[in-house]
Amino acid sequence: MFDIERWQEIFDTIRKNKLRTFLTGISVASGIFILVILLGFGQGMQNGIAKEFEGDAGNLIGVWTQVTTKEYKGLNPGRRIQLRRENYDMLEKLYADKLEYKSPQYRVFNTSVNYGKESGAYMVWGTSPDFQQIENATMSYGRFLNYYDEQHKSKVVVISNKIHRELMNSVENPIGKQLEIDDLSFKIIGVYSDAGGEREEEKIFMPVTTSQVVFNGGDSINMVFFTLKPAETFEQSLADSEKFSAEMKSYLQQAHTVAPDDSSAINTFNTLERVQRFHNLNYGIKMFFWFVGICTIIAGIVGVSNIMLIIVKERTREIGIRKALGAKPWSIIVMILHEAIFVTAVSGFAGLILSMGLLEIVGPNVKVDYILNPSINFSVAITTVFLLILAGAVAGFFPAWRAASIKPIEALRDE
Amino acid sequence: MIEIKDLHKSYKMGSNSLHVLKGLNFNIEEGELVAIMGSSGSGKSTLLNILGMLDELDEGSYTLDGVPIKNLNETKAAEYRNKFLGFIFQSFNLINYKTALENVALPLYYQGVSRKERQEKALKYLEQVGLKEWAGHLPSELSGGQKQRVAIARALAAEPKVLMADEPTGALDSKTSYEVMDLIQKINDDGNTILVVTHEPDIADMCKRIVHLKDGVIVEDKKVDQVRASQYV
Repeated sequence: MFDIERWQEIFDTIRKNKLRTFLTGISVASGIFILVILLGFGQGMQNGIAKEFEGDAGNLIGVWTQVTTKEYKGLNPGRRIQLRRENYDMLEKLYADKLEYKSPQYRVFNTSVNYGKESGAYMVWGTSPDFQQIENATMSYGRFLNYYDEQHKSKVVVISNKIHRELMNSVENPIGKQLEIDDLSFKIIGVYSDAGGEREEEKIFMPVTTSQVVFNGGDSINMVFFTLKPAETFEQSLADSEKFSAEMKSYLQQAHTVAPDDSSAINTFNTLERVQRFHNLNYGIKMFFWFVGICTIIAGIVGVSNIMLIIVKERTREIGIRKALGAKPWSIIVMILHEAIFVTAVSGFAGLILSMGLLEIVGPNVKVDYILNPSINFSVAITTVFLLILAGAVAGFFPAWRAASIKPIEALRDE
Repeated sequence: MIEIKDLHKSYKMGSNSLHVLKGLNFNIEEGELVAIMGSSGSGKSTLLNILGMLDELDEGSYTLDGVPIKNLNETKAAEYRNKFLGFIFQSFNLINYKTALENVALPLYYQGVSRKERQEKALKYLEQVGLKEWAGHLPSELSGGQKQRVAIARALAAEPKVLMADEPTGALDSKTSYEVMDLIQKINDDGNTILVVTHEPDIADMCKRIVHLKDGVIVEDKKVDQVRASQYV
């Protein structure tokens, strides 16, 4: 490897066969370049999709109700099931050690909301303080609801950035201002923004107790939300949350005298299942890009082997001359491989540096939905370069070996 | 220098076997200039290839400078070729992307001579064939006669025991041929053993001994009075 004489011989050959060297180099460099860019954008898509799913807490479990569809214990189908505060309290008590965040929800659609001369129609959600974490809402001004508000049925609301902008654009900081909802006056204590974007910012939050009084809800609630404490592994978390969903559903069916096989009356959803689908999607995307990448590499390897074959063919006569002058077969193989490895290594790294540089410069500026900050793991990239060099060497070895074992008399006859 | 005893060689062509050399016996002493003559198909090139270790013999024995040449593997053959033999081909066989100097230096590379020494030696032999000024030129920039002189310098560079020339003048016009033969004669005058394969009688007459091959047997082996090529140049 460090035989200076051989290096000089290799450099002589390379210097005097620029086109051949250039073509080999280009095919290697472009293979690596395409692979890195592909994998980079695969990663970018994963990042982008992950971003789109950031809207809510990852392991959220919820319950909502509809009408029964089955007769059960003498009760007719078609009954509307209404969740009660006591159901929520019971669940909270039963699973106290497993729950992380919890909140009931009582909601009213299309309430008319006024501030001064501006008015609009929004949803009002009565919730518990934990709902901030469940909704993944961050506060722009003030604070979210707290337990004092809930206990004392305070007439306070939290509005979104969007509502702030639409109703009270002239007010810099709306904290402490009074908002009219169905002609009743509420104090604004906070402004939130939702990671899920504007479509999640149509809601006004107030304590669930307040909303039940204001909108004559009694002790009825529309939904309950829970998140579970995360387990060690994703699979464990998923199993826990599925088990919890099933148990909760079963409890509520008994409490409301609903047939266990009634698929409509009591419904649960589990975002962890959605997260798993997202994981599967991401996995699929990753596999696809790897598949395409590996095909590219294979094409590169085939290209390199092809060029190696042509080079050896082209040099058959030269090899014959060298052998007649006393070159040993092994020195012929080493000469060809040394050149091949040197050229693939240099051009492979050139392609790597070029493509990584491009990702580095262009990556952060990509502003397309579902693609975010395309980038590539350096060790993956470097591994592929070495793989290609190795493949080039292996691919070059067989023609070189064949060339070295040709009898010089035959090689010299080659025109 | 060279001893050949009962040499046989045949080529298999399908089911037929072509018996090319049928029991040759001859010796070549140091300092001889021998022409091997014969029409095409007489087996003269085959003989040269066997003597040059480019091909293997079937039967008989071949001793070169006291070393028996048989059952050589490629590595050993390469070593012997490098140490014992210098080749001059009809079609010159220069490496086209290397300069005259680099071509001459190539056998020395395979002898493991250092780069600096290689260049000095190569230049010395280029000077001997009268092409010192052409050292930096590629073969494509040289005339046929010049190419053959570069090839002769290359064959000399390894300082071999025997020079083997296969139709060295076959691709040259008669004037250039005589120039090349003049050079070969001068090299022989310095004491080098040279074997020339040719089918041209005037070239053979410029050697000191003519071995006449016909259908794989030696029909004539005679010493001749050498015709100096310099009188035609």
